[in-house]
Amino acid sequence: MTYLSRSPWILHYDASSCNGCDIEVLACLSPLYDVERFGIINTGNPKHADVLVITGGINEQNREVVRNIYDQMPDPKVVVAVGICACTGGVFRECYNVVGGIDCVIPVDVYVPGCAARPESIIDGIVRALSVLEEKRAKGRDATATVARGGE
Amino acid sequence: MISPINALLFIILAPFIGGLVAGMDRKVTARMQGRIGPPLLQPFYDVGKLFQKEQILVTPSQNFYILSYLVFIVASGALFFAGGDLLLVIFAFTLAHIFLVLGAYASYSPYSFIGAERELIQIIAYEPMIILSAVGMHMVTRSFFVSDIMAADLPLIFYLPGVFLGFLMVLTIKLRKSPFDLSTSHHAHQEIVKGVTTEFSGPMLGRVEIAHWYENVFLLGFIYLFFAWNPLVAAIALVIVYLLEIVVDNTFSRVTWQMTLKSSWIIAGMLGLVNLGILYYLSAVVPK
Repeated sequence: MTYLSRSPWILHYDASSCNGCDIEVLACLSPLYDVERFGIINTGNPKHADVLVITGGINEQNREVVRNIYDQMPDPKVVVAVGICACTGGVFRECYNVVGGIDCVIPVDVYVPGCAARPESIIDGIVRALSVLEEKRAKGRDATATVARGGE
Repeated sequence: MISPINALLFIILAPFIGGLVAGMDRKVTARMQGRIGPPLLQPFYDVGKLFQKEQILVTPSQNFYILSYLVFIVASGALFFAGGDLLLVIFAFTLAHIFLVLGAYASYSPYSFIGAERELIQIIAYEPMIILSAVGMHMVTRSFFVSDIMAADLPLIFYLPGVFLGFLMVLTIKLRKSPFDLSTSHHAHQEIVKGVTTEFSGPMLGRVEIAHWYENVFLLGFIYLFFAWNPLVAAIALVIVYLLEIVVDNTFSRVTWQMTLKSSWIIAGMLGLVNLGILYYLSAVVPK
């Protein structure tokens, strides 16, 4: 465990969710689940965030927004798609305005299924995302070292 | 008169004390809300993480301003603990915050701008009361030097109860606690994006956080001055004051900037000025 996995700050974005998963995401912050035990903080600012939690699928309206938020987050960062709509588009995938899951636009690291996803599985998904975050940090450090050595 | 050892001790120890105080703050806050809360060392994990993150520079001048913010906060705190001139300490302290505001203004972000404007309003709100506190201490001890105020061995709190209450009021602004956490706060979703710190990321945000720890230790030192004649009483007072701040933080909703200005100028300022007026009158009537 390094500092990174002890202090993941979350940015929650509602792509086109029915709000079911959003309520469950916020339930994680309540005294019952209290994710701050793991150092998890819900921040409203992409520049402070390590984990992007997205609920709902991608449609033509929010395509650019999701891309923009993702680009603003400093590396290393991970994306957790919460709920079946964020994973695949769910029941809305056939709709004329829906593109599909979050992975149509940005790379997703952890998929949390469910409709709505339970707070327990959301927490589990985020904890799994932390190990991905850790891997990315190690990789990023190697890449920097390679550049420093002259890009071998 | 100036003690470099104390200054050095402050520079080395203050981040640890400040971080621990922040950790206890979060723990106590969580318990008040019926939660378990993060580990005591969580603020150190947070800052450690921030230094492992990528730094996204909006403009290079940000770096300079934030470094200046940190340096001047450390300098003002070090001068204070070394026993230096209180007025110089306060001016360096203000300058530090002006650098923070400039850092926020340096990036062309509307959220950062709003945060910077609110930070300026906060500075306007608390500055008179902090100066009044220094003037009050001078009226009682006849010196602006922290070392002389400490050596005076007078129970300042009995001479300056109004000034002390006024200082507590602006302390809430300085600790970035509700109801006066206008420019940025420790709690999520209480300000417009993240106010003054919106455009700082990674190591830069880590520096802002460390500066805040230094700042908090300096402010606790300032409260200590009111009780300096008896270290035990001072220690108890510090604990009570900080707990009180946490209670206020958890029970009040945020007020508007107008209300912040009014309460810190009219209420805190009045308390301070009336206190100083009475002191002035007494010093004229009562022979030394």
